[in-house]
Amino acid sequence: MTLLKETPPDTRKARSAAPAAGKRRGRRENLAGYLFMSPWIAGFLLLTAGPMVASLYFAFTDYNLFNAPRWIGLDNFTRMFDDPRWRKSVQVTAEYVIIGTPLKLLLALGVALLLAQSRRGQAFYRAAFYAPSLIGASVSIGFVWRSLFSDHAIVDRLMSSAGIHAGGWVGNPDWILYCLVALTVWQFGAPMVIFLAGLKQVPRELYEAAEMDGAGPLRKFWSITLPMISPVLFFNVLLETIHSFQIFGSAYVVSNTYCGPADATLVYTCYLYQQGFKNSQMGFASAMAWMLLLAVALVTAVLFWSQKKWVHYAEDAR
Amino acid sequence: MSATTTPTTTSRAPLTGSGRRRAGSLAWHIGALAVLAVVLYPVLWLVGASFKPSKDIINGLQLFPGRPIFANFKNLADGIADIGIRTFFQNSLVYALGSVAGILLSCSLTAYAFARIRFAGRNTLFALMIGTLLLPYHVLLVPQYVMFQKLQLTNTYVPLLLGKYLATEAFFVFLMVQFMRNLPRELDEAARIDGCGHLRTYWSIVLPLCRPALITSAIFTFINAWNDFMGPLIYLNEPGKYTVSLGLMMFRDSDGVAANYGGMIAMSLVALLPVLLFFLTFQRYLIDGMATSGLKG
Repeated sequence: MTLLKETPPDTRKARSAAPAAGKRRGRRENLAGYLFMSPWIAGFLLLTAGPMVASLYFAFTDYNLFNAPRWIGLDNFTRMFDDPRWRKSVQVTAEYVIIGTPLKLLLALGVALLLAQSRRGQAFYRAAFYAPSLIGASVSIGFVWRSLFSDHAIVDRLMSSAGIHAGGWVGNPDWILYCLVALTVWQFGAPMVIFLAGLKQVPRELYEAAEMDGAGPLRKFWSITLPMISPVLFFNVLLETIHSFQIFGSAYVVSNTYCGPADATLVYTCYLYQQGFKNSQMGFASAMAWMLLLAVALVTAVLFWSQKKWVHYAEDAR
Repeated sequence: MSATTTPTTTSRAPLTGSGRRRAGSLAWHIGALAVLAVVLYPVLWLVGASFKPSKDIINGLQLFPGRPIFANFKNLADGIADIGIRTFFQNSLVYALGSVAGILLSCSLTAYAFARIRFAGRNTLFALMIGTLLLPYHVLLVPQYVMFQKLQLTNTYVPLLLGKYLATEAFFVFLMVQFMRNLPRELDEAARIDGCGHLRTYWSIVLPLCRPALITSAIFTFINAWNDFMGPLIYLNEPGKYTVSLGLMMFRDSDGVAANYGGMIAMSLVALLPVLLFFLTFQRYLIDGMATSGLKG
């Protein structure tokens, strides 16, 4: 991410020319800056930093909201690893992220490549494909999904006519997670819009030069398009992965609030919610949240580390 | 790919001939229409289903019923569990509009400081702000709940709204910083020479010029608050205070087969209407906002 530029040298020179006035102005600027920032600073301390410290403390305690937290060391964490439902929730979430995110991004990239080929109708299709990203997380769409994937509904009929008799996906522990995967893939529009914006920035001359050298469409995609949009690809992979780790509402609604059957849609946050807000296990829930934070941090770190190998920023490419 | 702009299309076309070009364009439209059909199907299904009798909703394969009925919507007027659905909509509206006001005010103030004021520690704070973009909200969930519970503020809208007034949604701060940075600096200098302080410059010069970023933020905020499920689920426990998302959940039975399936489906459609309406009106702001924030990130 781009950070703010350093103070340009001209103001520094001005400051040395009139030290007293400059100092006064610098102090005034500092005051103004912190005054403007004060809502954010208050929010950061009260709603982010403070709660993070508290959460870290709760993670090492037994705390049910009514009695004072009791320090139990690493017990929450050892209990977690022994808990088959926690392990199940990790497995379900991992499956959801590993299957859903690549499918969604592949579709997003594929459709973006398709749309980029023609300007006629592009704005319309772009808008229509984007719409699911805005409504996909709503309870309404959760109900629609539950209905479409029930016994005898459209998806079941289509599958049956293809010879696969799975019944309704929502009632079948082997299939219901794919119902959630389908829901996230349906929302491919948001990353697609970003891909499309990235594709527009690829210089035309590169393709013309490659065509002159006799490169085919595949070669052009592999050697020009992909490297040129790799920053955008990186951004999408990072954002979509982090988001899908945190899926809650859709899983809760599609599985009819109990994240089943047979814990088949017990995504991580669902289990966290059950432990923290249904069983009042605030300590355990906090420990779970910190494990999620560690997982997200780890994935982020790996992605940032790997970007050196596959992400080409415009400065290096030229 | 090289055909994104018209000049290249024409420069490449003479070699291929118009017949092949027409075939290519046909294939393009068939592909795009196929994707469109899959994307729109669930929404069209919802529209059709809300005009069907309950028993036909799952099993009836026709997208739109031959004889549409309005009973589902009439049932909605009776409300659910003695609560009129107007209550849910009013609550959601309060939450959504309250969020919009908070985000516009607090995030633009913060963004102005980052983009236009040179103060000590600015880079550090900016890095911290960006860091919160990637922070999973769930780490804050338990302690925030404990705090609001101790302050006896659960079952009010304070926990849902407070963060919006304290600029905790870093995405919008970031969006506005990006926008403000691109405004010419000479404007500030001219304003200062005319004797404007920062507050005046912010309010009379920078804010009006930021309209596109403000509109994008406002619409996203409205839609996010309207769709928000987890926040109300955790903090609101009295049906009279429920938002539309929670009210909608009241339509389902414990076994998931709603007694009033038609009512539930009709309510689902009505609940989506404000979002769809916003989208149709402002889609350009939303999509361009998405695209630029993604590119510059």
